[in-house]
Amino acid sequence: MRTLFKISYDDDIRLFPDRWSMLVYAALLALAFVLPMLLGEFYLGEVTNVLIWAIAGLGLMLLTGQTGQVSLGHAAFLAIGCYTNTILIELGLPFIIAFPLAGVITGLVGAIIAVPALRLHGIYLAIATIALSVLADDIIVLLDPWTGGVSGKFPEAITIFGLEIERWTMPTRFYYLVLVVTIICTLFYRNLLRSPLGRAFAAVRDSEVSATAMGVHISRTKGTAFGLSCMITGWAGALMGYYAGAFNNETFSLVISITLLMMIVIGGLGSIHGAFFGAVVVAFLPQALSILKGAVIGGGVAIPGLETGVFGLILILFILFEPMGLYGRWLKIRTWFELFPFARKDMFRRQKSYLKTERLR
Amino acid sequence: MEVLQLLVSGLANGCVYGLIALGFVLIYKATEAVNFAQGDFMMLGAFVTLGLTNAEYMHLPFWLAAPLAIIIMAALGYLLDFFVLRHLFGQSQTAVVILTIALGFVIRFVAGVVWGHEPQTLESPLSIGDINIGGVVLGMADVAVIVVTVLLTLFLYQFFQRTKLGLAMQAASQNQMAAYYMGIPVKRVQGLIWGLSGATAAVAGILFASKGAIDPNVGLLGIKAFAAAVIGGFGSLPGALAGGLIIGVIEPFASRYFPAGYSQIAPYALLLFVLVVRPHGLFSQVRIKKV
Repeated sequence: MRTLFKISYDDDIRLFPDRWSMLVYAALLALAFVLPMLLGEFYLGEVTNVLIWAIAGLGLMLLTGQTGQVSLGHAAFLAIGCYTNTILIELGLPFIIAFPLAGVITGLVGAIIAVPALRLHGIYLAIATIALSVLADDIIVLLDPWTGGVSGKFPEAITIFGLEIERWTMPTRFYYLVLVVTIICTLFYRNLLRSPLGRAFAAVRDSEVSATAMGVHISRTKGTAFGLSCMITGWAGALMGYYAGAFNNETFSLVISITLLMMIVIGGLGSIHGAFFGAVVVAFLPQALSILKGAVIGGGVAIPGLETGVFGLILILFILFEPMGLYGRWLKIRTWFELFPFARKDMFRRQKSYLKTERLR
Repeated sequence: MEVLQLLVSGLANGCVYGLIALGFVLIYKATEAVNFAQGDFMMLGAFVTLGLTNAEYMHLPFWLAAPLAIIIMAALGYLLDFFVLRHLFGQSQTAVVILTIALGFVIRFVAGVVWGHEPQTLESPLSIGDINIGGVVLGMADVAVIVVTVLLTLFLYQFFQRTKLGLAMQAASQNQMAAYYMGIPVKRVQGLIWGLSGATAAVAGILFASKGAIDPNVGLLGIKAFAAAVIGGFGSLPGALAGGLIIGVIEPFASRYFPAGYSQIAPYALLLFVLVVRPHGLFSQVRIKKV
C-alpha cells in the first residue's frame, strides 16, 4: 500500500506525483529506446504505427477529452498536416523546418475554421466537422495542381542534418524519429494541463456556464483548444504520410475521423494514457481479427466490414460497461492494489445526473 | 420545362432526406440526443422489407410485408432503447453520439452478412411505370414518396402538438427531473420515441428501395439528412422536411449547372453556411442561456 501525502499546493500540479511514478516512466522511456534491439523489423513498424496513432489521439484528446468538444473531422486536419509537410519539402525547405511548420500551419487553419464553429456546441459541432471531413476529400481533388489530386503524392525520404531516414529501408531510424515526436507531444500536452489554459479547458468541458462565471473566455478558450489540437494532429498526419509511403484524397476519409474518435473513447476520455491504450487497440485489432478469423473459418475468406463491425461492438460494450475506457479499468485495478485491502466497490460510482435542455419549446 | 423536371426529381429525393431527418428530429425532440445511425436504420428497414417481399427470400405480398417491416423496425427501435440506450440515461450527448455511430457500423456489418453487399432491387408495386403531366415525367414511386412524406410529417406534427403523449415527450427532453416530478414515465416515453423513429426509418427505407437498388452502404445517405435536419433546425418537424427538400432540390441543379467536382460539394457547403450564419437552423428553438 502506497500513500500520498500532499503537503504543498505544488504537489497537485507536479509533473510526477512522487518518486515511484517518476521511476516507472523513466523505465518505460528506457524500454522505448532499446525496443529496436528487442523487436524485429515488422513489429517495430507496428509499434511505430501505434505511436503515430497515439499522437493523433493526443491531438483529438486535447479537444474532446479535455475541452469537451466532439470533432468528427480530424481526418481533414491529418490531411492538411500531411499535404503541407510534403509540399513544403518539395518547395525546398529542410525537414527540420518543414515538419514543425506543417503542424503550426494546420493549427492556424484549425483555429480559423474554429471561429465560426465556436458558436456551435455539442451535436452541431459534430455535424459541422463531419461536413468538413467529407468536404476535405473533394477539396483535395479540386486543388489538383498542389495536391496531385486522385493520383496522390509520394513523400520524399527525410533528411535531418545529412542523416537520411526512410520508413521501409531504415525502420529503426524512422521509429526513433516518431518516438521523439511522441515524447515532445506528450510533454507538451502534460505541461499544458498544468497551465492556467489547461485548467480553463477542463472548466469549459465541465460546465460552460460556471466557466463563464469564473472569468474564462469561452470562445477564446475553445478556439485555442481547437488550434492546439489541430497542430498536434497535423504532425501526426505528416508522420502518417511517411508511414503509408503514398497518399491521395481517399487516405484521410471520414472513417479515419470516426476511428480516431472511437479510439480515444475506448482508451479513456480525458487522459494521456487513454490515447496510447486506444492506439494499441486500433493498431492491433485488424491483426488480431485476421488471426482469429483464420483460426475459426480458415484464411482466404473475406468478410467486408468485419473490422468496423467488431470495432463498433467493442465500443458499445465499453460505453455501456466502462465509460472511462481502458484507462478507467486500469485505474480501478491499480487503486485496488494500492489501497489493498481497503478498496470499496462503490469508489468509482458516478453521480446520478439528469439532462436539461437549452431549448425553450 | 427542364427546370421543372429537375425540380420535381429533386423534390422526390428531398422527401427521402426529409424522412430520415424526421427520424433525427423525433429522437432529438424527445431525448435531446441525435441518432447518428438513423441512415443505417433506414437501410435496415429497406432490407427487412426486401427480405420479406422478394421471391428469393420470404416472398410475402408487398402490402403485408410493408406493415410487418414497419412493426419489426418499431420493435427493434424500442428494444434498442431498452437494452442499450437506457443505460446511458442522463449522460451527455457526446456519449450517445459515439454510441449511435458505433451502432451504425454494427448494423451495416450485420446487413452485409445477412443480405450480401451486391446491390438489390425491391420488388415493389410502387416502382411501376411513369406518369407524364404536361411534359414532366414523374415515376410512380416519386409520387408515392412525396405523398407519404407530407402525410407522415403532418401526422407527427399534430402528434407532438395535440396529444398528451407528444407533449410528455417534449417535456421529458427539456428537463428530465422536472418531467419525473410531473408524473411522466420518462424512460418508457423515450423507448416509445425510439420505436416511433424506427417505424419512420422503415417507411423511409421502403420508399427509398422503391426508387432504386439498395446495398448496405446506402445508410451513408444519413450524412445528407444531417444537412437537412440542421437547415431545418434540429427541433422542428416541418423544418426537417423543408431542409430535406432544399437539399434534394439543390443537388440536381448543382450537378446540372456547376462544373464537375464542385457539384457534390453543394449540400455540405450549404450545411456549413447555415451553421455559420444561423447555427440553430431556419426554425430555431434555442436561446443562449444567461448566466
